[in-house]
Amino acid sequence: MSALLEVRGLEAQYGRTKVLHGLDFTVEEGGITTLLGANGAGKSTTLRALCGMVQMSGSLRFAGREIQGRATEDIVRLGIAHVVEGRGTFLQLSVEENLRLGAYTRKDKAAAGEDMERVYHYFPVLKERRSQQAGTLSGGEQQMLAISRALMLRPTLMLLDEPSFGLAPLVVREIFRIMRTVNQEQKVSMLLVEQNASLALDLADHAYLLETGNVALSGTAADIKKDDSIRRSYLGY
Amino acid sequence: MESLLQQIVAGLASGGIYASLALALVMIYQSTEHLNFAQGEMAMFSTYICWTLINAGMPYWGAFFLTMAISFLGGLFIQWVILRPVQNAPILSVVIVFIGLLVIFNSMAGWIYSYLIKPFPSPFPGQPLKLGGVVFGAHSLGAIGVTLVVLTLLFLFFRYTTLGLAMRAAAQNSVSSRLVGIRVGQMLALGWGLAALVGSVAGMMVAPIVFLDPNMMVGILLYSFAAALLGGISSPGGAVLGGFVIGVLENLLGTYVPFIGNELKQAVALALIIGVLLVKPSGLFGKIVVHRV
Repeated sequence: MSALLEVRGLEAQYGRTKVLHGLDFTVEEGGITTLLGANGAGKSTTLRALCGMVQMSGSLRFAGREIQGRATEDIVRLGIAHVVEGRGTFLQLSVEENLRLGAYTRKDKAAAGEDMERVYHYFPVLKERRSQQAGTLSGGEQQMLAISRALMLRPTLMLLDEPSFGLAPLVVREIFRIMRTVNQEQKVSMLLVEQNASLALDLADHAYLLETGNVALSGTAADIKKDDSIRRSYLGY
Repeated sequence: MESLLQQIVAGLASGGIYASLALALVMIYQSTEHLNFAQGEMAMFSTYICWTLINAGMPYWGAFFLTMAISFLGGLFIQWVILRPVQNAPILSVVIVFIGLLVIFNSMAGWIYSYLIKPFPSPFPGQPLKLGGVVFGAHSLGAIGVTLVVLTLLFLFFRYTTLGLAMRAAAQNSVSSRLVGIRVGQMLALGWGLAALVGSVAGMMVAPIVFLDPNMMVGILLYSFAAALLGGISSPGGAVLGGFVIGVLENLLGTYVPFIGNELKQAVALALIIGVLLVKPSGLFGKIVVHRV
């Protein structure tokens, strides 16, 4: 498997506060990589840096192209969909309008229509509420909507920032099940940021542990899950 | 009864103009969270452009549509060149830019065209129309028609086209918009262009009634602010409704309430603004937006 995304020496800052101090990591084509770590480790910042949303330096290579320094709108057009922390739903628009916006940059209207049917199949509750204002949906439904909107891009790579945040366990299980399906059936690669380490390690192939802006350790998800000492000292369970 | 109907129709005619300008204000407010104090002067200047074209020999409707196009481009230009540099500046800086635009347009109009009042033609026939036994001014009816057409077209555009959807999205949430690939800067510029276009229609419809002069829109802008606030500054539909309500209210109060008459009509608008802000700042249809700090 080749590397879909290669990050070398990623540094990022907010104003004068440096948050990432030179990260190196990879996302394999068709794989799921997870970034773990405590609050403030720089996980969300990493995803933002990949999308050109934060001041950064370093090398980002996506599908053979250097993408650092490009505008967010252009990075989206390369096939990267970012599901932000807090979902980023268009609260005043309807569910269906949110989904249509996900496909905004696509030229293949018929295929986009198929994708809408597919996400309604994954999340029937969205179909029920298609004309409802998105702000009136529950947290879990909004997360489903956020993931679906990202899927409407037919992305090559999905960036997910804490999809389990604030959701009931049953809802989270359903969402992660769909994410696995999407990865396996549609070959969408994923970079997943999660606080819930056990959940993330069950889904992912590879894991990187971030600690205050550096990669503290990395390995396959299976290895990290098996290692008791890592789990106890870094992941807290 | 007859005169009541006439006053209502006249009120709807001015209401259509307030509604158009109020809609322009709300469109800009939704995308920038700022009230464009220069909206009226831009509309006035557009009307002068139309006057120039008509005086150069162009037929009315040709000049009308060309003015709309020029106003659209002017709005685009103002957003792109003048407003983009200050889009992240503190509120007061932006307010000063708007006031600056107001003064510039007003002075340019006065300088180029002088402050002498000019008549402005109406495309609707001079003879009053008789409907159901009641006599109505042709221009009043025509103005209602024109503003309704423009407002309906805008509504359809925003509701049913992808570009309209993208513009609404960009106004509501610029971060998420970028994440679906919308070029937010371009959408904002388009919004300004459309707002200027709508404003120009308002100017060209009101000029035959109040006559063309650089200060023509000052009073009208006041009513439009009241309309936008009454309807809810974040609600386009509310602003339009507010415009018609205020138009009719202004006319009826001015005609039937003796101590208001023509002199205090504007005071009614001011009182309305204060009242709305005190009692229900979000207006009839607006939403209360909570900003988490």
